[in-house]
Amino acid sequence: MRIPCPYCGERGREEFAYLGDATVRRPDDGGAAPTAAWEAYVYLRDNPAGLHRELWFHAAGCGSWLVVTRDIRTHQIFDCQPAQDVALGRAA
Amino acid sequence: MSGTQTRRREAGGLIDRATALGFRFDGRAMTGHPGDTLASALLANGVRLVGRSFKYHRPRGILSAGPEEPNALVELRAGARREANTRATVAELFDGLEARSQNRFPSLALDLLAAGGLVKPFLAAGFYYKTFMWPKAFWERVYEPLIRRAAGLGRAAREPDPDHYEKAHAHCDVLVIGSGPAGLMAALTAARSGARVIIAEEDFRLGGRALSENRQIGGQPAQAWAASAAAELAGMREVRVLPRTSVFGVYDGGQYGAVERVSDHLPVPPEHQPRQRMWRIVARRCVLAAGAIERPLVFPGNDRPGVMLAGAVRSYVHRFAVVPGRRAVIFATHDEAATTAADLAAAGITVAAIVDPRAMPSAMLRGAAGLSGARLLSGSVVDTVHGGHGVEAVEVADGRGGRVRLDCDLLAMSGGWNPSVHLTTHLGARPVWDAALGAFVPAASLPPGMAVAGAAAGAFELAEDLAAGARAGAFAAEACGFAATLPNGPETNDEPALGPPLWRVRGGRGKAFVDFQNDVGASDIDLAAREGFRSVEHLKRYTTLGMATDQGKTANVTGLALMAEITARSIPETGTTTSRPPFTPVSIGALAGHHRGRAFRPTRLPPTHHWASALDAVFIEAGPWLRASHYPRPGEANWMVSCNREVAAVRQAAGLCDVTTLGKIDVQGADAMHFLGLIYANGVDTLAVGRVRYGLMLREDGFVMDDGTVARLGREHFIVTTTTAHAVDVFRHMEHARQWLFPALDVQLASVTEQWAQLAIAGPRSRDVLTRLVDAPFDLSNAAFPYMAAAELTVCGGVAARLFRISFSGELAYELAVPARYGDALARRLMQAGAEFGIAPYGLEALGVLRIEKGHPAGAELNGQTTAHDLRLDRLLSKRRDFIGRAMAARPVLTDPGRETLVGLRPVDRRSPLRAGAHLLPQGVAANPASDHGHITSAAYSPTLGHWIGLGLLRGGAARMGETVRAYDALRGHDDLAEVVGPVFVDPAGERLRG
Repeated sequence: MRIPCPYCGERGREEFAYLGDATVRRPDDGGAAPTAAWEAYVYLRDNPAGLHRELWFHAAGCGSWLVVTRDIRTHQIFDCQPAQDVALGRAA
Repeated sequence: MSGTQTRRREAGGLIDRATALGFRFDGRAMTGHPGDTLASALLANGVRLVGRSFKYHRPRGILSAGPEEPNALVELRAGARREANTRATVAELFDGLEARSQNRFPSLALDLLAAGGLVKPFLAAGFYYKTFMWPKAFWERVYEPLIRRAAGLGRAAREPDPDHYEKAHAHCDVLVIGSGPAGLMAALTAARSGARVIIAEEDFRLGGRALSENRQIGGQPAQAWAASAAAELAGMREVRVLPRTSVFGVYDGGQYGAVERVSDHLPVPPEHQPRQRMWRIVARRCVLAAGAIERPLVFPGNDRPGVMLAGAVRSYVHRFAVVPGRRAVIFATHDEAATTAADLAAAGITVAAIVDPRAMPSAMLRGAAGLSGARLLSGSVVDTVHGGHGVEAVEVADGRGGRVRLDCDLLAMSGGWNPSVHLTTHLGARPVWDAALGAFVPAASLPPGMAVAGAAAGAFELAEDLAAGARAGAFAAEACGFAATLPNGPETNDEPALGPPLWRVRGGRGKAFVDFQNDVGASDIDLAAREGFRSVEHLKRYTTLGMATDQGKTANVTGLALMAEITARSIPETGTTTSRPPFTPVSIGALAGHHRGRAFRPTRLPPTHHWASALDAVFIEAGPWLRASHYPRPGEANWMVSCNREVAAVRQAAGLCDVTTLGKIDVQGADAMHFLGLIYANGVDTLAVGRVRYGLMLREDGFVMDDGTVARLGREHFIVTTTTAHAVDVFRHMEHARQWLFPALDVQLASVTEQWAQLAIAGPRSRDVLTRLVDAPFDLSNAAFPYMAAAELTVCGGVAARLFRISFSGELAYELAVPARYGDALARRLMQAGAEFGIAPYGLEALGVLRIEKGHPAGAELNGQTTAHDLRLDRLLSKRRDFIGRAMAARPVLTDPGRETLVGLRPVDRRSPLRAGAHLLPQGVAANPASDHGHITSAAYSPTLGHWIGLGLLRGGAARMGETVRAYDALRGHDDLAEVVGPVFVDPAGERLRG
């Protein structure tokens, strides 16, 4: 698998560390109490056969967290954005 | 004829007759020439019997002339370089080569296990599942040794491999796999456009079938055409020619795995050269021109030495100038038999007959038979082979009751060709059956970027091969942005036509083999079908068809076709054959590369390593680091004596320890404080400038992730430390929080673990030692620089430094950081300055004892399953604000008082040791999992207290102070009583560290 890092260009998968699902977001309630929302955020994940958005870390590169859109059946990568831009809603 | 080579032609072939190479086979001395494979040299020396088969120990010879060889597996070299199961057909001959036949007992010619088919009745299809089922006790003592003696292939070397292997990466526009006519045309066309081309060829010579066929290409002999094409490629700057290189796998992202056999053709690799090189090739486009593999025919006795694939016979005659027999019979389903007959006749070999199962032979075949003087037996099949260690005669049946016996020592057979589609299926595509061609061809859904040209695509005609190769090369180059020109296809001469496949000859005498290497016969497939194992996957597992080292390259398609015939289904209904990487066997050495032994992973050395080495420190691996374990002095009997002395030095005077390996992260920015408040669970956002605080980090699921210290050096400048083990994970976690969870904060992170050397100076005299180093006017007094103070200063006359008054040991202690390049000098200066106070360096063992005495949790307690409550740190959790893990840490189950919590333990009998790993049980209950109340996580002998102490996780531990529990260690056979106490054994009030 080769991941097109927006800062470093296309790089081999061994430069990256995988975290997981980028479609779940941390609840914004100040962490007050364990609610269903927190349990869903920490534990519940979909495993779609097809396109998925996931977080990867360019550990042996620029140190960016990236949101990668990948077909998990074929490893074909359709999009790769800096996670910070995605989180701030300013991704291309 | 030269020396022992009684079967060498006088002229022709791609061998260097001027040079003789001596080699031995089973001890017998023979010669060959550069350009030979071991197989061609053996044939030139008249050797036909080269091995015994896997299950039945049947005599076997050389079937093919390429990587698909199932029979001629030999052991090469000796000692540590001995390698098993090498195909003689791809082993390049070198002077001094030692080869031995395999799987024979006691000798190749006389194999007792084959006598009278001794083992045969036991080893039919499914024997694994049917035989040897009982009595059970017989399995290990009788059946398994028997099967291991009878079955099995070569022997691996016993010593470590003395050679080295390396890995390399390459990038190109167009990767061409295979260098036959199609591959050469593809590479030439792409390269002429300026594209960066890599052409990989398994063989040591480029040309593929062009080397083996008596054809004309572009007005010159095919061999000469291939040589000029190879020369043109070798002279182009953007082309990398990789001979002796097998592309064994196709991966996503246009990546290809390949192994280059750099030195396999030499007795010993040249200096500084690897034995093999593993390539990872990243290609924008790929042209697969892997050719085709000839199909053996299935008839009784088809495994006798002397029965060879017709294409291989032509290779040996043309390319290697070998006479593989004196009197030949050709048995083929198509017109290539004409080519074979003409080639054999030209080499002076008598062609006794051409046997063709088709009723109406073509004009081409009739002409060839006439020219070579062969009888043409049409509508006929070979159904019996006579001869033990080699073919002596064959019997031909004409299907109308007529039989002919033909004396011969060579039977050239061909059931057509199977396109080498293997690499097209590595990403999951399935090849499709082309009924007109009678073969599987690549699916339309090829791996992205791949095109298939030539015989691999089912184009068996030479002219079409050349044209398709050129088209594929041009298309690939254009896809990469180059303007390619399609050359005129070189002229060729006439093409033979294919006939319908003949999957099996019925009748005759003897076993007809489908998979030669795994000894699977047509009758085994009948048996599998009778017993219901009709799906291809069941067929494979039940009969082991296609499961040997050759992965059924000559067998899978035929086995599938036989099952289709038996079950009266079409081939597509029956199934298909796919393959996974690797296409050819890849040695473990090539996969490992340089990552062996000490070089398995990099070793990180702290900055004081050389200083510690000079003190004869004993080192121990701590994660990726090599750290000093203890510093033995003369007369100290063992590590524990040294460790006890080092602990005493810290408790009574001063000690020095390199703690550089702790992760250090520099945190800066207007929101740095706010950010750290989210990262750490214990409210570090109230930290004042010039102060340090313990930092407890949770995962979002509420469990403890790591701990360390947070120091505030300036309004917007912090240094945090992590444990050695979690340094990488914590940095990644903090970057995740910064970029993804809290992206709007103004904060930046940098890992500075390797930029700063950090030394701990601990003990009641540590202030006295440090005073000698700090530059004026820095005030070290307790009032000016109290416990948990932090400062930037200079030491030793102007060296920038950071000083933290923190303690892991519970003593008055400091950690002093200087730029890494000063670390070694700082250690020496501290030892000089501390000499008069009795300073001693201490290692990891003493560090561990000191922290257990002080009850600090470390790796064994921060095990990813403990909560702040379990470690009795819950009072630290911030009540005011959000932090990572806050919500989930509040779950009742994580704060249940019944959970296993941190306790201290001391043996009731003060003389007995405690052992980490021992289970903690209440007294008077059975020792079983149900009564397990926890375990000892860390244990050490405390020289300060004079007995063993331990830390443990005990169910409801906080409420069990004073209770006596069993410390039960069934694994090592110990059962002692221990008293539950608080986890802090030394100075629980914390007076010393504040002194």
